[in-house]
Amino acid sequence: MSTTTSDMVTLLLGVGGILLFASSVGYILQRKLSPDGSNGAIENLNARIKAWWAMVFLIAVAFIAGRVGVLLLFAFCSFAALREFITLINTRRADHWAIAAAFFLALPINYYLLWAEEYGIYAIFIPVYAFLLMPIIAVLRGDTQNFLLRISEVQWALMICVFCASHVPALLTLQIPGYEGRNVLLIAFLVIVVQSSDVLQYVWGKLFGRTKIAPKLSPSKTVEGFAGGVASATLLGASLWWITPFTPLQAGLMSFIITMMGFFGGLVMSAIKRDRGVKDWGHLIEGHGGLIDRLDSVVFSAPIFFHLTRYWWSLT
Amino acid sequence: MIRDLLAKLASVAIMMFARALTAARAIWHETGLPPRQSIYFANHSSHGDFILIWAVLPPWLRERARPVASAEYWLKSKLTSFIGRDVFDAVLIERDPAARTSDPVEQMATALDDGASLIVFPEGTRNQTEAKLLPFKSGLYHLARKRPDVALVPVWINNLNRVMPKGEFVPIPLICTINFGEPLKVEPGESKEDFIARAQGALLSLAPAQTDNDA
Repeated sequence: MSTTTSDMVTLLLGVGGILLFASSVGYILQRKLSPDGSNGAIENLNARIKAWWAMVFLIAVAFIAGRVGVLLLFAFCSFAALREFITLINTRRADHWAIAAAFFLALPINYYLLWAEEYGIYAIFIPVYAFLLMPIIAVLRGDTQNFLLRISEVQWALMICVFCASHVPALLTLQIPGYEGRNVLLIAFLVIVVQSSDVLQYVWGKLFGRTKIAPKLSPSKTVEGFAGGVASATLLGASLWWITPFTPLQAGLMSFIITMMGFFGGLVMSAIKRDRGVKDWGHLIEGHGGLIDRLDSVVFSAPIFFHLTRYWWSLT
Repeated sequence: MIRDLLAKLASVAIMMFARALTAARAIWHETGLPPRQSIYFANHSSHGDFILIWAVLPPWLRERARPVASAEYWLKSKLTSFIGRDVFDAVLIERDPAARTSDPVEQMATALDDGASLIVFPEGTRNQTEAKLLPFKSGLYHLARKRPDVALVPVWINNLNRVMPKGEFVPIPLICTINFGEPLKVEPGESKEDFIARAQGALLSLAPAQTDNDA
């Protein structure tokens, strides 16, 4: 067994152990506090834990399937996220072709370029080509009402849901000396740090949360949850240095940046939800809401993590 | 035999496609699932409307649900008539009163007597206007009078008109919700106008409050 595989197995066992612990706690809480299923918070907690099992399972399967599996998983995530996003924005009939192009051209081409490892064109395909071509497609219909608003929203949807999200699998394209064949562990590192930060902020907030941090944007987020979550996720990230090309200190710094980007990304996406008058982006993941509700922090941290790693560690 | 198998496969494929495109999700009325036998009446903006209703119904309700559709449209070609007749087992009615050989209300009543549920679009045609709902045709009233024991369930289909507006041939993926309302029945002595107004109101009340998507 290669070290990459054995590290992956160790990680999976660790995550599985934590989930097993979470499921047991959820079960006991449910028996004690909500035997008839009437306590909403506990039912939601258990729905969330169940969904976590499913998500970890899916990611594990993608990792086993290799590069193509990871690309397909994130292409699907981009598709579902874009579908949630476009559902909530202002569109008119004249945008039909531009939106169809976003789904059926921009998204597959973006992931194809990652598969082909054409980094140079991948990095500018959506920010340059799609950015300029989509408003051209839309303008051909001649409908000027709210034009700037409409094209900006579709553009933003594409950047967030496809371009930014695809920086998670883009980690596979990096060439780090001494880290050959282990890139998939970078994805595991990023996903574990971001998601544990979200979960730990939730746990710290539920246990000690008193002071609301952004009552207008996200009434459930607290200063105590934020500080406790970021600190503990940073420590967790530092302790995972052995799966990364980083030293423990570097891994901790990276984790700190990842968790901060994730936190503020969550706030940005909450602001959009408030503006649109919805509580969740969708209903894809039981207990969590839509896919974007789970992916928002990943989307904001992945490109920064990718570029920091690329700039200082990668040859490409 | 092979035709049946093909029809079964096609229905699964169409349903999977509709789900992938729209992540269709039913919101049931607080009184629970609709009765076993119902007449679902819905707003009509796309040829995909009945497919979405059909796709979100649980299997035991779905297997008896038959869409009521225009014979002129669905018998146009071999493919459409295969989909209309074999896949969805539609009750095909002739819309042109001058040319028709059988009475649509009679056909629908017969289907109900066979135990089927019906999916009907009382606006009569796809709504292409800015109005949320076109005025209902009277067929729903006559059917309700003829079979007063069958519950009429209002169903609001949200967003499908944005997925594939008329004249487009590439659908775009958007999340659609299908909102089921409280079943209603025609009251003894209720006039046609009163009943139609009540049914329209029940359906409209299921539409989302803000539809500023077209702003």
